[in-house]
Amino acid sequence: MAKVDNRIVEQSGPVQSGPMAALKEAAFAGLITFGLSIPIIAYGTRQDINNRLVLDARWDAVAWAVAIVFIGRLLVTLNAQRRAAGGGKLMRVPQALQPLLGRLKPVLAPLAIGFLFAFPVISLLLSGWQGSTKWIDNFGVQILIYVMLGWGLNIVVGLAGLLDLGYVAFYAVGAYSYALFATKVIPATYPALGVWAFWICLPVAGILAAFWGILLGFPVLRLRGDYLAIVTLAFGEMIRLVLINWTDFSQGYAGISGIPRPSFFGIPFNASDNGFAATFGLEFTPIYRTIFLYYLILVLALLTAFVTIRLRRMPVGRAWEALREDEIACRSLGINTTTTKLTAFSLGAGFGGIAGAFFAAKQGFISPESFTFMESAVILAIVVLGGMGSLWGVAIAAVVMIGGPELMREMEFTKAIFGKDFDPTQYRMLIFGLAMVVIMIWKPRGLISTREPTAFLKQSKAVSGSHVKEGHG
Amino acid sequence: MSTQPLLKVEHLTMRFGGLVAVNDLSFDVHKGEITALIGPNGAGKTTVFNCITGFYKPTEGMMTLTQADGRHYLLERMPDFRIAAEAKVARTFQNIRLFTGMTVLENLLVAQHNVLMKASGYTIMGLLGIGGYKAASAASVEKAKYWLEKTRLTDRADDPAGDLPYGDQRRLEIARAMCTDPLLLCLDEPAAGLNPRESLELNTLLRSIRQDDGVSVLLIEHDMSVVMEISDHVVVLDYGTKISDGTPSHVQNDPKVIAAYLGVEDEEVEAVEAEVGL
Repeated sequence: MAKVDNRIVEQSGPVQSGPMAALKEAAFAGLITFGLSIPIIAYGTRQDINNRLVLDARWDAVAWAVAIVFIGRLLVTLNAQRRAAGGGKLMRVPQALQPLLGRLKPVLAPLAIGFLFAFPVISLLLSGWQGSTKWIDNFGVQILIYVMLGWGLNIVVGLAGLLDLGYVAFYAVGAYSYALFATKVIPATYPALGVWAFWICLPVAGILAAFWGILLGFPVLRLRGDYLAIVTLAFGEMIRLVLINWTDFSQGYAGISGIPRPSFFGIPFNASDNGFAATFGLEFTPIYRTIFLYYLILVLALLTAFVTIRLRRMPVGRAWEALREDEIACRSLGINTTTTKLTAFSLGAGFGGIAGAFFAAKQGFISPESFTFMESAVILAIVVLGGMGSLWGVAIAAVVMIGGPELMREMEFTKAIFGKDFDPTQYRMLIFGLAMVVIMIWKPRGLISTREPTAFLKQSKAVSGSHVKEGHG
Repeated sequence: MSTQPLLKVEHLTMRFGGLVAVNDLSFDVHKGEITALIGPNGAGKTTVFNCITGFYKPTEGMMTLTQADGRHYLLERMPDFRIAAEAKVARTFQNIRLFTGMTVLENLLVAQHNVLMKASGYTIMGLLGIGGYKAASAASVEKAKYWLEKTRLTDRADDPAGDLPYGDQRRLEIARAMCTDPLLLCLDEPAAGLNPRESLELNTLLRSIRQDDGVSVLLIEHDMSVVMEISDHVVVLDYGTKISDGTPSHVQNDPKVIAAYLGVEDEEVEAVEAEVGL
């Protein structure tokens, strides 16, 4: 691993030796920050009582920014020099711990899944009926939606190596198909199916999204790399613009409201006599629905992971990865690359669609605002930061990227450090961006960059990230 | 020599704009033979390969592959992946194209994609765990083992292909091509970059592929120690035109071939030009 990291450091710039060179490098980075922060940070504008624009100089903030960049760059450069000189990693897992980690590995997944299933109970015990809604809904459900979307996109980007910037389109297709079926089609045809609407529409939404994936994939997948990325981006925007403008169909900006919530296999979550609470002899509280939604998305996400793991060991999954490695070699081995790409594209889209249907059912209201390019970018960032192709990496990245900013809201203790007026939520995006930069410096190929082989003769050895290609469409 | 050649190339012409890379080339590849395609740099050898394996669509000409049961495949009409899958023509590349991020074993399993795909009921049956996928999967590993043994890569089976030294990568590419069960194996400079010992090993491997596995070989090669040693039949190209065709010894003594490779004395130019037909 250390060898690989060196190579990447060397690629990012010639590593000169000596602390003087590091100082020079840091000073240069500081100078650039200074130049950049003059227009952005140095002056704040506000209006005074006479409605005049007043400039407030904030040179102290500029000094802070420059100092942070200077010290950060200095540390990064010194560390790179140390590694180039063969100093090894700063944080190395102690030798004695290695076998322990090896033994821990097989139980890691059951442990994590066990924790996820116990999470609602834990948060109920820790923060009671009222407080736990926030933890289960804002953290649990929200993160798991993105884990599922990340795992879905991982099939397209991480395994097949097709850069898809319009993934949110399939999320939208899934959400709108559930919303429209449940609010218009089912009441008009078989109103008796009302409570079952979600369970009928969930697979339908997935199939429709997969179908759209094939439809978009056919013209698009002959393109490669940057071209593919641009066209998928355009398709993502097109679907959103159609939803905005075709008001007869999707009610435009107004969105669709009153989407039926999922039932507990036919038993609705409400206060009525045949509702969930009454049926099971419990006192009515809305948290049952939240907990149910949590388990639902957990099962859906695990289904995505299960299918991905199974498919990787099947010929089609190997063909996806081979396609990412070398498309021409694939064709020389008789692999039909068009259908192979389409299966990856449509399967990823299908999972996106299922997640979309869940999202619509959870929110009860959807509008095109929820399906902007920003969503695609966040999902793609989760896949890239996690390490393309790695289910663990994507899950961890989703926790960091979605849970991190949410957690900032909870950081009341920062008020004690920075004073009463300090509002941590204001700095969410700043710290979010900083975290992304740090991950990219620390782990340029994502949190988990090694690849687990799908078959082995004697011993399964992880493939170092430096050999694995990123794919080029 | 059988009457019906395995591959019959007739009047193959490939033009890139004004450049004629291959000009009216005709030759046969016979079953159970090793045919070498040689010629100076830029003679159009790789272009011929790309036409045969479908990566280029030839401007003119016809390429017929005849299988043992008498079925004909017109290669110029087939897309590249179907040439490999149905007509059973496998190839390697001049600049090695392995799946570097996958292990050696995985490389060989990807090559058996079509067989495994069918066995897994196009994924659906395999995903549900019904049908013969398990048996087919075990058989595919056995076949991979056979080729690993043959190319002496068994010890490296679980290492990433990108970690192998150059000579091993060359052999792995041949093993991978052989895992597609080809009738004709096209090798683009298999000895490039190999040391003399490795070249000798390659000779043994190719002979064994012809004799033990009954696969015909068409190879492009510059290393004459390989070409003259193992080929039954040599075709010489220069500027996209065939200048000689025959047994290795015949080709070796052909004045046109000598002229193309070594040039001629100044005073002989006219005589040779007349002979070559310029």
